[in-house]
Formats: sequence, C-alpha cells, structure tokens
Amino acid sequence: MLSRRHLLHYTLGAGAALGVAGMLPAWARSSSDGNLGITSASGTAFDLEIAEFPVRINGKTGKAVGINGQLPGPLLRFREGETVTLNVTNKLQEDTSVHWHGLLVPFQMDGVPGVTFPGIKPGKTFRYQFPVRQNGTYWYHSHSGLQEQLGHYGPIIIEPSERDPIAYDREYVLVLSDWSFTDPHRIYAKLKNNAESLNFQRRTLPDFLRDAANNGFSDTLEDRAMWGKMRMSPRDLADVGAPTYTYLINGHSTAENFNMVFQPGERVRLRIINASAMSLFNVRIPGLPMTVVQSDGLNIQPIETDEFQMGVAETYDVIVAPEDDQTYAFVAESIDRSGQAVATLGPRPGLRAAVPDLRPVPSLTMKDMGMSHKSMAGMSDMENRPTMSDMSGMSSMDHMTHGDMPRTAMGPDPHGPPTQLASVEASLKKGPGVANIAAMPSSRLDEPGIGLSDQPHRTLTYSQLRSLEPNPDSRSPQREVVIHLTSNMERYMWSFDGVKFSEVTQSIRFREGERVRLTLINDTMMPHPIHLHGMFFDLVNGGGDHKPRKHTVVVKPAEKLSVDVSAEHVGDWAFHCHLLYHMHAGMMQVVSVLPSTDKMPMDHDMMGHDMPMEHEMPMDHDMMDHSAMGHDKPEEMK
Amino acid sequence: MRKVMFAALAAIAVTTSASAQAHDDQPPSSSEKPWSQADAYYGKETMADARRAVQAGGGAQNSFYVLFNQLEAQFSDESESLYWNGQASWGDDINKLWIKSEGRTSLNGDGTEDAELQALYSRAISPYWNLQAGVRHDFEPHGLTHGVLALQGLAPYWFEIDASAFLSEKGDLTARFEAEYEFLLTQRLILQPRIEANFSAQDIAERETGSGLNSIDAGLRLRYEFVRELAPYVGVEWQSEFGGSRDYTRVAGGDPDQVVVVGGIRTWF
Repeated sequence: MLSRRHLLHYTLGAGAALGVAGMLPAWARSSSDGNLGITSASGTAFDLEIAEFPVRINGKTGKAVGINGQLPGPLLRFREGETVTLNVTNKLQEDTSVHWHGLLVPFQMDGVPGVTFPGIKPGKTFRYQFPVRQNGTYWYHSHSGLQEQLGHYGPIIIEPSERDPIAYDREYVLVLSDWSFTDPHRIYAKLKNNAESLNFQRRTLPDFLRDAANNGFSDTLEDRAMWGKMRMSPRDLADVGAPTYTYLINGHSTAENFNMVFQPGERVRLRIINASAMSLFNVRIPGLPMTVVQSDGLNIQPIETDEFQMGVAETYDVIVAPEDDQTYAFVAESIDRSGQAVATLGPRPGLRAAVPDLRPVPSLTMKDMGMSHKSMAGMSDMENRPTMSDMSGMSSMDHMTHGDMPRTAMGPDPHGPPTQLASVEASLKKGPGVANIAAMPSSRLDEPGIGLSDQPHRTLTYSQLRSLEPNPDSRSPQREVVIHLTSNMERYMWSFDGVKFSEVTQSIRFREGERVRLTLINDTMMPHPIHLHGMFFDLVNGGGDHKPRKHTVVVKPAEKLSVDVSAEHVGDWAFHCHLLYHMHAGMMQVVSVLPSTDKMPMDHDMMGHDMPMEHEMPMDHDMMDHSAMGHDKPEEMK
Repeated sequence: MRKVMFAALAAIAVTTSASAQAHDDQPPSSSEKPWSQADAYYGKETMADARRAVQAGGGAQNSFYVLFNQLEAQFSDESESLYWNGQASWGDDINKLWIKSEGRTSLNGDGTEDAELQALYSRAISPYWNLQAGVRHDFEPHGLTHGVLALQGLAPYWFEIDASAFLSEKGDLTARFEAEYEFLLTQRLILQPRIEANFSAQDIAERETGSGLNSIDAGLRLRYEFVRELAPYVGVEWQSEFGGSRDYTRVAGGDPDQVVVVGGIRTWF
C-alpha cells in the first residue's frame, strides 16, 4: 500500500526536479505569503539599533534588550553573492555586539568582543561589512554579557544565487526562544548559589513510593542510592525551565498563538531557529509529518520524520504539506517538558489548534552518566573505572605524563597515531570544576535526544542526516584534537577540559589549510550544543562524503562524537557551548586558525603527513583575504 | 589528644597549599597572548582590554550568597528563644570569604545566651568539599576567640555536612558536626532532618562543658518554598546533653533533655 507519506516524499522530489513552485523566489513574493508576524528587511544595507524596550508577554510587561525595538529582531534577508553592510548602533548603557551565527565572514566581522573585535561601546556605531557567500536559514544575536536572554536575536534568510533545490509554495520563519521576567544576572546568581533552584521537576518522596510500588522497594532504593552516591540528579535535564521561562515562537507565547496560514495542498517551508538562551526544544506537529530539508543553513537529503530535538542555535528547515482543511499545532516543547510554545498552522488566519498536554518528564539513565548499570554497581570511586581497551583505535596513554603537562597547551599528542585519543583524564578528574568523567563514553548519534527514544512515532537522529551536496573537502583529518566537556553542576562550573575560559592561556591552534578531527567527549549529564565560529563541522556520522555540515552540534550526555573541520579561514574564532549560562560560567575557548606560513606551536613532522595544500579548497580564499574586503582600515568605530 | 589535633591541623594546612599548587599547574606565564589576531585590525591595547573583559566574564566572576538556614523561634516547657544559624560567602569558584553565625537569644527577657561569628577563608579542594580556616569570636556567653578549621560540603547521598574544630585562645579544643538532608514531599514542600553534635577534648568548667560528646540537637523541619528563596517552616527538635555537660545542666537545675517546637523562615539570596 502506498501511504500518504510516501506520496508526499515522491511529490516533494518531483517538485524539486521540476522547480514549479520554486520559479518565483520567495523574496519576490508578497509578504502575506509568509512570515506573518515578523517584520523583515532586505537589500544590502541595514541599520540596526540595539536598545532597551518594553515587551508584553502573556499580559505582563517586561524589559527587553533587542534589535530595532522588536522581539525577535527583524528578519534580515540577504542574497547570496552580494556584499552587505550593517550599521549597528548601541543605544544601551553597556557594550553590545552582533554575531552572525553560521555565516562565514572575515573574522574581524564575526562580532565576538575580546576575540574578533573590541565590541560596540555605548553610543557608538559599528559598521559590519562582508560578502554573503552562502544561502539558507541563519540567525544573529548578541555575544555580549547575557543580552541574548533579553531578546537580542533575530533570523536571517539568505536567498540562493541559483535556483533553490527546495521547492515550496510559502514559507514561515519560526524563532524559538525562552523569555524570563527575571533578570538574567539574577538567574545566573541563583544557579551559582543553588544550581537546582530553577528546577521544579525533581524526584520526590511520592515518586519514590510510586516507583517502589511498581518496581519493588529494593530496586527503587538501589536506583536512588546510585544517583545519590554520585550526587547527581536524573531530572537534571535543563538548568532553567518553566515557570522561570515562558517559551516563545516569534515572540508569541502559546496564549498569544502565532498564526501560520496555508492553502490545503501547498508545500509550506518552516525555517525553525532555536534562539533560546538555555532551552533545547522537541519540535513536532501532531498529525503532520515533517520533511527535513536543511539543517544549520545547509541542505540535507530530504528525510521525513515526526519529531526532532533541536539544540540551542541549531536551525532546521522542514517542508510540511497539509492536505486537510484543519488546524495543526506546531509544538516546541522544552527538553525538560516543563513548558512549551505552541503556534497554529491553519487554513485561515485567527484559528487556534488544540494545544497538546505536556508529556511526562523523562529521567536520565546510567547511560547518560557514561557508565553501564553493571559497572556502576562495583564502582567505589572514579579511579576504578573500567579499562577502555576494548574500544577500537584507543591506545593506552600514560596518564601521569599528560597530567604533568600544561593543560591548555597540550591539545593532541603529536607523536601518536592520528586516531588516538589524547587522554587528559588524569588531570581532569582532579579539581573542583570536574565532578565526573564519563567512564564509558559512547556514540549516541543514532539516538534522537534525551527523552525521545520511547516515542510511538518517528524521531530524527543525527545518524540519519546526509548532506545534499557532496562534502567540499573529502580529505581525511591529519590530526585529532580531543576536548572534554566538563562540569560540576553543584558549583555550577562549566568548562572544556576542566579549564574555564577565564583560565585559558592559549587558544586551540589550527593551521590554515589543515583538516582536523575534533572529538568531543561529554563528561557531563547534560546535552551541550557546541558551536564553532567561522567554519562548519562535518559531522562524522557514517555519511561518507555526504556528512551533514553543521555550525552547532549537540553532544549528548556521556557521548563521544567527532567532527572534521577544514581550517580554511585565518582568524581567531570563538568556540563554546551555546547554552548561555554555561558559556558565562566558562565553557568557551578560542580556535586560532594561523596563516599557513606561521609556525605551529607543535612539531607536525611526527604526524607523517605533509600539508596537502595542493588540494583544492572549497572556498575561494581571495574572498576571505582581509585586504580584499576593504577592511584594511583598522578602525571601524565611528 | 590536643597534639593529635594540632598535627591534623598542620597536615591539612600542608594539603591545602599542595592543592593550591596543583591548581596552579598551568602553563608558566609568558608574554604570549592567548590569541591576538584581531590586534592587527583594532589595535593591541584596545583588544587587550576587551580580551581581559571577555575572559573575566567567562568563569572568573565573584558570586555572593547569603543563607539563613534557620531563623526561628523555639518553644519548650521552660523557655522561649530566638535561634539563628546562617552563613554568607563572597568570592570566585575556588576562593571565598565565608561568614557563619549562630546564636540564641531569650524571648523571656533573659538576654542573649549564645552568639558567635566566624570569618573563614574557604577554598574548594574537590568537587564537593571546601576546606575552611579562620577565626570564631563568641560574643556571648562571654567574649572568647577561637581558631577554626572546617570541612564543609556535600557528602554522597546528598548529605550537607559542616564539620568544624575550634581551638580557643585558652587552649581548649572543641568540635562541632552538622549534617542535614532534604526529602522532597512535593517540588515545594520539603522535609529537612538535621543533626548537630558538639564535642570537647577537655572539661571546660567556665562554659559548663564536659569532655567528650556534649550535646546533640536532632531536628525535623517542614518548609514550604513559596519561592525558592523564602520558605516558612515548622518543626520539632530534640535537644539533649551528655556526659559532663549533662551534669552541669542538672546541677544548675535545668533539664538536659528537651523537646522544642520551632517555627521560622529559611531564606537565601
């Protein structure tokens, strides 16, 4: 039997091949065809003003910091191949900045204070100017202080210079965010003083009694004892949830019901951006399958699903083709299921889809702690962790030697094989900032995300993603850099390799032109959306030369995943967890791509690889040349 | 016995300085900047200031914390009193100034029975433990200063622990152990069992304290967190004295075993 879903998939492919609906580019259509409720600006010159302004959410007035008095900021429409100029004026009493998330811009235009530029002082205007060299769905936001939490974010859509392979009749941009009436500095102080104080979904004594009735008293007690012994909570799914947060879609709460209109039979493109400060979202439209066609601005091979989990800063474009004259609920549910934002997709304006109930709160498992149940039972301390000799490609490292080496300057061992894991665990497990080291980190690419494994419908996994285009750089990585994501929830300390950003004395060094494998090991109990500015991650997920390329990748608890990176663009690039308070606590570093003529800090002759500079680079280097950008004037401040 | 405690004190001091060195096990300071490529565009000094600011904002912030774990009226057959037990801290993740205060004042017009204030340097020595050293001054029952060495933190199974040793200016060695736990009856209704035990290495007649275990206070407090930072509570506490202290109290005509009903406010910010 040919299901409706198969038909949808088939027609999508046919539409793409014929390009019928794609003949008229989206930017040329009237605004009523899409993007209702969010103002847009297009062209090549933009004036953006960063200021404080009042917003009304659920009938209550709050104070936002944002762009042009709007929450979210205006939708910026660029065209691939053009050079855009954006004059950003700071009307605040404090410094601000704008970072173009996922855009490959010259690094001095990347907008990270203290890393790529000095920031924008109060009363000053900074002129950003850069060529637009890509297309797709992106976003922009502050990289200063905690302004992102206050509303300083907005969407970007870049129209392709050539025909869009994705066919659609109308489009909506959906900016998901988490709003709080509590000052973000106060939220951070509360997390610092009492890290669980914003979690209202902890396990209680009645939960214990219920579990004891269902699973037996001794098993339940053993379960509680295991978590208690580790001083960890299986309900530590999100540091901040409702009621501290009100979840928004394009600035609208569920009650304010953001409306999307469609004609039955149309293909509607939803460009979904997670612009939250702290909230991963589960996205679904009950009763309506979604065909994911793009992630992080780059097209992927269409894949139909019913739900996906979305890290902070990730973007997903999906095509939906509602055929019935009915309303559908677009649901963005916070990962901890403390709250959700629901918008309506309906055949006429002003309709309200039925809001689904919040689903039961999931609990973390021993797997999220990086250990099997079995190894947990015999665990008296962290020193007794199992050997990892059964894992392929791992050599037994001399922990003591590494422990004695300067941590931040170490990176990978240049003398080892390219697929080694430069273990830094000996020094990591010391220190107040690292509460746990995943004893058995594993690949979790084939899991859909915390709490989604047991859904009755299809859920998207990273292992399913395939780039639509062949990867521009198919070289094997020449070396591997292993980075641990580390934390102590109790002290609310977050770091890479146990070193907070404030303690960093040297950036992570890449040499221009080299291909590096970045392996991330999550030693914490939380998923972290890790973002590297200035270059894309080729996610090593079995995709061969069609790996999905992402600017932000979610690393699940106790997960070990690898991404390959082509260090194409010289500059200092921010590298951080995109959970705002984790970054604020120190989960950040800088990746310096040094010009290939510079000497690397480490001897690479031992690698047994020459730099294959003859390899054709996917990007035009002249475009990235600093002097060619017209930015040879060092002073951009007016 | 005293020698043992002095030796322990010295050993812990050595451990602290060793762990301080271990923590500072970072690349030797050099003139090389952690990154500097934007200097070419915006100037060295401008970027140096911005770099300092962004790094300071990435984990070096100081935090401030005040907790009144107990701020309560205690009612027994014999008397009514106001009891407080609070602490405050200020500093970064590793190094903090830690203030603790505990005391009791009569609501029957008998004045303040006990009032002490501790000022401690607190250093995070492991993920869950702080080692603290400093001074304690007793304002009541009479002025007396002590040196303090304490270990405070979170033990496995979520027990909050504070273990302190005090050496008075007169050479008397005493110790205090506090432990508490929290049962969540709901997300906001929380039952807190708490125990405090006091020990002395010697008989201290002027303080009516015997040697060995002096007293145990074991309480059960039920609070409701209207907001996390403010929770009224009611509870009951068993206060018993032992050994020499028990005898001192009996001789003075007091009851060494009391059950008190408590009501108060737990607050933090």
